[in-house]
Amino acid sequence: MLLDILISTLINGSAYALLAVGFSLIFGVARIVNIAHTAFYMLAAYCIYYGTQKLGLEPVLCMLAAVIPVTLIGLLSYRFFIDPIREHEGAVLIATIALAMAIQEIMLLLFTGDFLGVPSLVEGYRLVFGVKIAYQQLLTFGVALVVLLAVWVLLLKTRLGLAIRSTAQDREVANLMGMNESRVAMITMGVSVGLAAFTGAVVAPLAIVNPFMWMHPLIMMMAVVVLGGMGSIKGSFIGAYILGFAEALVVFLIPMGAYLKGSVALSIMILVLLIRPEGLFGIAFEEER
Amino acid sequence: MKRSMNAFGVFLMAGILTALGIPAQAADVIKIGVIGPMNFMQGKGHWDGATLAAEEINAKGGIQVGQKKMKIQLVKADSNEFLSITDATNAMERLMTQDKVDFVVGGFRTEAVFAMQDIAMDYKKLFLGCGAAHPELCEKVGKDYKRYKYWFRVTPTNSNYLVRVCLINLATVNGLLKKDLGIQKAKVAIVGEKVVWIDPMIKAIEANVPKMGMELAGVWRPSDKATDVTAELTAVQRANAQIIFTIFSASVGITFARQAGELKIPAAFVGINVEAQKDGFWAATQGKGNYAVSLATFVRDVAYNDLTLPFIEKYISRFGELPTYTAATYDAIKSTLGEAIEEAGTMDTEKLIPIIEKSERKGVASPKAKFDKNHDLFFGPGYSTGITFQWQDGKMKGWWPNGWEGVTYKGMVPYKLPPWMVEKYKK
Repeated sequence: MLLDILISTLINGSAYALLAVGFSLIFGVARIVNIAHTAFYMLAAYCIYYGTQKLGLEPVLCMLAAVIPVTLIGLLSYRFFIDPIREHEGAVLIATIALAMAIQEIMLLLFTGDFLGVPSLVEGYRLVFGVKIAYQQLLTFGVALVVLLAVWVLLLKTRLGLAIRSTAQDREVANLMGMNESRVAMITMGVSVGLAAFTGAVVAPLAIVNPFMWMHPLIMMMAVVVLGGMGSIKGSFIGAYILGFAEALVVFLIPMGAYLKGSVALSIMILVLLIRPEGLFGIAFEEER
Repeated sequence: MKRSMNAFGVFLMAGILTALGIPAQAADVIKIGVIGPMNFMQGKGHWDGATLAAEEINAKGGIQVGQKKMKIQLVKADSNEFLSITDATNAMERLMTQDKVDFVVGGFRTEAVFAMQDIAMDYKKLFLGCGAAHPELCEKVGKDYKRYKYWFRVTPTNSNYLVRVCLINLATVNGLLKKDLGIQKAKVAIVGEKVVWIDPMIKAIEANVPKMGMELAGVWRPSDKATDVTAELTAVQRANAQIIFTIFSASVGITFARQAGELKIPAAFVGINVEAQKDGFWAATQGKGNYAVSLATFVRDVAYNDLTLPFIEKYISRFGELPTYTAATYDAIKSTLGEAIEEAGTMDTEKLIPIIEKSERKGVASPKAKFDKNHDLFFGPGYSTGITFQWQDGKMKGWWPNGWEGVTYKGMVPYKLPPWMVEKYKK
């Protein structure tokens, strides 16, 4: 059973990690709590649905193509809804909630509340230590690792990464050093939304596409980010697997209470916060950057 | 200036009156509120079934009420009950106070229907339930007839009967496993979403499985909105379950069927999966929902009587999809209500109730429909039974009742075991 739990943890945690890393990135850099993050993930899922089911395009093509329009929408949203009120964090929070709701209502209007599906990139499953795992889930796990690596390379090995880290550390000093702080924030927003869209593209075949599909991942993603430490990418990644583990534990140990898996995961988050209010890696990450 | 102010005042009053919904010809129409989650297939079923009924009645000049013919006017109310029970109660209040409907049909999610039912009862409006299956909704009529007599359940049969059908189906599949695969004591896993109407069903199934010579492998209760159930499926497989008894009414039914198909879980399905009743299920599961089973009211090519197939064909040609059971608002308006009004010659609810209580009417959703003392839909041979179907290679196929109590509807086929299950267990 332990093996089953561990494998379920890795699979469930990967999707949360993919979402949480992008969310954490934009918060760490621009202090933007982007509630619409998972709405962009939902938007990507709808793009893939439309491309594959309505236009008859190849799933791979749609998945790659979905990232572009969604990222553009994300950037436009930033430019027109978030940037003008960026200094007021509370207002940004409310604006992104409104943005998410608007995206939800538009999807509801265009596609109704019907539950839709998109094809997997890879069909079938593989036995791993006696546990059946769909190839699409293995792909999600692999992508989560690659994305983390890519984000790490972007932040630590590129000039853009240096600018992002500098801005995250001290906006005013970064400005004085000649960096366009607003532009860096916008690029970070693009990367963050791109990550959300990419997650949508990878996870959509595992999910049910509907206008409300952004809500549950949002709660779990927020829990992951708070647990890992707001703004800590490493913390988000580890937090995602901790909550994934909690969920798997509930399903295997309390089958009658499987519906409680989300609540138990959130309770663990609260417990950790009571002991360590800054989250698991909040301070460590501050020091790193 | 004064004249223009007066003209403005008249326009303003006219606008307010229009906004308040005071119709000029209110006396000439029968206003029926259709309440349901209109952005979802269940609500669409409510509305589309009602639309067909209203159109057919109106095409014939309306319903004969005493000396005059009255046309039907439908009022759509989006209860949004999947997401908010408050929205549902507000929608019902609006039907009562603003739209001032004469009757209401619809409702789906039990939790919301309980709340909506009380509002309709407060206003003494006839509320014909077309979606919620919880027995308590009708038991209230028996307990407090004076208050709850305005409620009738037109569809589906209550969840106790749903359990009964599911257990009959379970026995059939168990027999098949014995006969075809030599499994003498099948293990049964119950997987039911966590919502109120399922709780009594789970208890009944748990109690009956051992009595039927099978073994209970466990009970799993995922959230009704779960987007991933692979952990549950792994656990079910580890428990060596050969039969999975599903009870789903929400999106988790698609997730479960799709992931079980993707992972080729070697088990036979029985039970209820409301989302599987929909044509779009095959696409939503990307074809992985093969062998999924559910109960339904309407299945292509399966007829209760001579009214069923023409209705299904008309519905499909008009709305492009198979009607789900909530489309039995058609029967609620056309036979239950329409025929009762014509018989009574009045729209007086107090006079209609005894007529509906005694009536036995032919409809599209059952060979004949009548109500028990609690105003619940009567279940049994010759009356409402529903159909159990299975997805077989992209098509919904009815497989029960097929000889049960002498009942076989036209168009039934045998149940199929998933080939990967046969491969695993065939000796």
